[in-house]
Amino acid sequence: MKTFEYARAESPADAVRKFAPGAMYLGGGTNLVDLMRLGVARPDHLVDVSRLPLDAVEEAGDRVRIGAAVRNSDLAAHPLIRSRYPMLARALLAGASGQVRNMATVAGNLLQRTRCAYFQDVTRPCNKREPGSGCPAIEGDHTNLAILGASHACVATHPSDMAVALAALDAEVHVTGPGGDKIIPMPGLHRLPGDAPERDTVLDPGDLITGVELPAPPPGASLYRKVRERASFAFALASIAAVLDVRDGTVAGCRIALGSLAHAPWRAERAEQVLVGGPATGEAFLTAAEAELEQARALPRNAFKVPLARNLIVRALEELAS
Amino acid sequence: MDITLKVNGVSRTVAVDPRTSLLDLLRERLGLIGAKKGCDHGQCGACTVLIDGRRANACLALAVAMDGREITTVEGLAQGDDLHPLQAAFIEHDAFQCGYCTPGQLCSAAGMLGEPGPSAVTGDILVDPDLTPEEIRERMSGNLCRCGAYVNIVSAIAEVAP
Amino acid sequence: MNRVEGRVKVTGLATYAAEYPVEGVTYAYPVQSRVAKGRVRRVDASAALAMPGVLAVLSCEDPPRLATEAEGELALFQSRDVAYRGQLVAAAVADTYENARAAADAIVVEYDQDVHDVSLRADHPGLYRPEVVNPAFPSDTEKGDIEAGLDAAETTVDVTYTTPVLHNNPMEPHAALALWDEEGRLLVYDTAQGTSSSRDMIASTLGLPKEHVRVVSRHVGGGFGSKGTTRPQAVLAALAARAAGRPVKIALTRQQMFDVTGYRTPTIQRLRLGVDSDGRLTALDHTAYEQSSTLEEFAEQTAVPARVMYATPALRTAHRLVRLDVATPSWMRAPGECPGMYALESAMDELAFAAGIDPIELRVRNEPETAPDSGLPFSSRNLVACLREGARRFGWDRRDPAPGIVREGEWMVGTGVAASTYPAVRRPSRARVTMREGDFLVQVAAADIGTGSRTALTAIAAGALGVAPDRVHVELGDSDLPEAPVAGGSMGTASWGSAVVRACEALKVNGTEGVADTTDEVKQDARLARHAFGAQFAEVRVNAVTGEVRLSRLLGVFAAGRIVDPVLARSQFIGGMTMGAGMALMEETLTDEEFGGFLRRDLAQYHVPACADLPDVEAVWLDEDDGELNPMGSKGIGEIGIVGTAAAIGNAVHHATGHRVRDLPITPPKILALRF
Repeated sequence: MKTFEYARAESPADAVRKFAPGAMYLGGGTNLVDLMRLGVARPDHLVDVSRLPLDAVEEAGDRVRIGAAVRNSDLAAHPLIRSRYPMLARALLAGASGQVRNMATVAGNLLQRTRCAYFQDVTRPCNKREPGSGCPAIEGDHTNLAILGASHACVATHPSDMAVALAALDAEVHVTGPGGDKIIPMPGLHRLPGDAPERDTVLDPGDLITGVELPAPPPGASLYRKVRERASFAFALASIAAVLDVRDGTVAGCRIALGSLAHAPWRAERAEQVLVGGPATGEAFLTAAEAELEQARALPRNAFKVPLARNLIVRALEELAS
Repeated sequence: MDITLKVNGVSRTVAVDPRTSLLDLLRERLGLIGAKKGCDHGQCGACTVLIDGRRANACLALAVAMDGREITTVEGLAQGDDLHPLQAAFIEHDAFQCGYCTPGQLCSAAGMLGEPGPSAVTGDILVDPDLTPEEIRERMSGNLCRCGAYVNIVSAIAEVAP
Repeated sequence: MNRVEGRVKVTGLATYAAEYPVEGVTYAYPVQSRVAKGRVRRVDASAALAMPGVLAVLSCEDPPRLATEAEGELALFQSRDVAYRGQLVAAAVADTYENARAAADAIVVEYDQDVHDVSLRADHPGLYRPEVVNPAFPSDTEKGDIEAGLDAAETTVDVTYTTPVLHNNPMEPHAALALWDEEGRLLVYDTAQGTSSSRDMIASTLGLPKEHVRVVSRHVGGGFGSKGTTRPQAVLAALAARAAGRPVKIALTRQQMFDVTGYRTPTIQRLRLGVDSDGRLTALDHTAYEQSSTLEEFAEQTAVPARVMYATPALRTAHRLVRLDVATPSWMRAPGECPGMYALESAMDELAFAAGIDPIELRVRNEPETAPDSGLPFSSRNLVACLREGARRFGWDRRDPAPGIVREGEWMVGTGVAASTYPAVRRPSRARVTMREGDFLVQVAAADIGTGSRTALTAIAAGALGVAPDRVHVELGDSDLPEAPVAGGSMGTASWGSAVVRACEALKVNGTEGVADTTDEVKQDARLARHAFGAQFAEVRVNAVTGEVRLSRLLGVFAAGRIVDPVLARSQFIGGMTMGAGMALMEETLTDEEFGGFLRRDLAQYHVPACADLPDVEAVWLDEDDGELNPMGSKGIGEIGIVGTAAAIGNAVHHATGHRVRDLPITPPKILALRF
């Protein structure tokens, strides 16, 4: 690991002030320390924001505000989340291990980086890590990489479970930074790779996530489902967060977000459009899934994700409709 | 940088390299070899300790960021000669073979018993579930055991669980 | 009896190789090759040597002195040639771990790169027949006329299975701590499955007399074969300590372990079986294609178990090996039996299904009188009893043999069976027993890698002496103790235990001390086929929506001589079965065809089973009275548990879905490719 300066921030403003060129913010460390040890992240300065007073989960009218430093396990166990946003609690509990959830923060979970094997290995090329070096995953191991929204430069996936639920919940990400404060609606935080896969998000240097705000839960039933070959403690092969509101056999509202299929949590807007106002039938669910997955571009080793995503969408909607 | 932390009830002040993990601080500087390095990336759980009473991967914590924290390692679980009930149950149920994952399993189990909320296998997440074997298996899945002692680990923890 | 070292293990006091407190210890960190084939043109250590705390850099620029006998994976920095990506090409030594790792990162290595070949194929032009397969079996055997047998068969199968590169992944990374004294004697705390052999190997590699080397491995955090041969970290620690003039510690990272501590070769296995209308085999033909490195030949004995399993008039087994630009494969739990029985027992299930015979019945009908290959009588063989007992316990009679019919919501449910086997042999060992203040000290350079050998040897000695176990103290894991073979090949307890029993008998004559060397005794063992057998039963649930496969039940029934300690034995069997479940459903290292070396080199990508994967595993055994084995009447149990598990699970997946997945592991992508 490269040497670096360590400083602890006393407030969000202090953190932004201490953010020098080459700096990174340190939250729970569960991904950043991991990447520093691999030589993937090489900060000159670490600004420790893990003890900022951003650790509350609060009701604000019909909305809920979550501090950026709230630990994943605390968020999952919080009565407000369990009762009003069970899909988010389920997504959190599906991620990582009990130990990691105790350390990982909300902001860190959003900003975790891809688990692509080439990205994590500094001895191999990767456009995300070293722009212009190439993407060996396209010809090599892309078993768990993207089928949606990928580019010729990068087929990485975003590994978060929590972010998928937040995308379905229309969560807002609150940010402060050298350019002032801003609010970014999910899933808009994460970018698609395009020609600049080195940029995971729309954040600017020095931007600090201070919290996430959840609008009132959408009407209808919701679920989160994750697929993995190991029964626990594994990243998703695919996941789905879905909300379905059926009234008199007609879909009144629908939200579908997919995980581990794209560079960002993938909001299935085409499927949602197909469904809303139509019948809540298995046939309609399949049509919607296929409409969404028309844009899928699979590679030889990850082609299974197309039927997997289709099955997940259809089955999730069937379950929510029943 | 100088940091002060309490380890197994004893206050320790040490100068640390900012690159040093809590795990390497414990093992290489403080002589506490109980926490094990199995992967150094939070993927195996062998380094599990309690930080302010909560289970965490010591390999993913930078020592500099631990200033003021209370750390409990496996060496701090027993009260003198009296083993922690989990330690006794692990021996009684033959819940380990090579023993390398064991300190992490024990600290993880100790921390887990203080985490009453739901897990990924809980049916109704509004209600704190009983610690059934299924719940224990899910909650202990952050601690890999290559010898395959899981069956006995679960029965040992079930004996101690409320 | 509880494990005698239980208390130190649960209190964190047990010392593994990297954990001995040593004054003035320093740290080494290796640099690995970034090309799969070529030559090191230049190593530039100038930047590294200028970094804080750096004591030395080792590389082929100034090759450290090794004996001319040093070879293969242990001949560190002696040549500029690179044999595989990930090979150790340099190392930095520094005062702290952080400084050593940063310095290693700053060493610049330039290469002249050649075109590499890292892909095993059954039609590879470089395939050849090795002289012997591990450890000394003939490569090929043939009896009877295979083609005539197949022609005469009522039903045949001709199927090919593949297994991927598998990594042992013991929880304790390979580590060594080396100290030289002023007389040039070397002490290495190593992660060794055998201190006697590790001492010999380190001494011969460094060109030291054996008496000048001591290897200590009091506790070993699992090995599963990967610590059975001396690994580069032991030699590197010694070289680095010599260069730095200080004690040096090295602990490989999990990622480095994938490259330099051995692995199970990938296999491609073709099975041709024929059966007549009575369900009797007419032919069994098993060919295995495998890889080794350009450094050393390691040929896994994959088709060898087919030589002992079933009666057949025509039996052919063959191994074909190709030397690729890859690391050298080595032992991983049940080398040969594990991958070979996966294929054979899957093919037997396919044959049973094709012929419309119950898979247990097919095996029973082909039970041999004597070893099919050698014709030797078995010392004992209770495969049929294991199958029958397992069927009773598992509820096999309630099984509808038709596949793909049990459905619970999204889940397709199926059950499968497979046989297990593993040789039961022993090797010469020495031991010493001394009386001290009314207690007995047992000394043998055995190893306890988690098998419980301390505990088992305590029980064996107590039995032989006729005293309570708490009066017996076993000392092991030190090459200064009486010489003993490695913990491997399921031979440990049988080998060490024989010597301990003889030493105890000698003590009873002598009164105060007994020493034993079983070399002559082992030589006189009668020529018999000595094998443990077992039967494994699996129940799986396959999700039709997601392709996920979950193991709901696993039962093993074994016949392995007299069980020395039931608690330890159950743990060993279940542990092996758990690893077999990983092989069936998740374990896989990928070979990087573009750059060479391996991909998925960590525990987030190479999945080993987690606690949640094993809801219900049970192992039981049948008592076997076999007087031909050793004084304990025991057969080894460390490996048979993994043999057959993957086949039982794969057969259950077929029963659940009606489809065969013939390449391991059976993951959601492969299930989703099927049409139900």
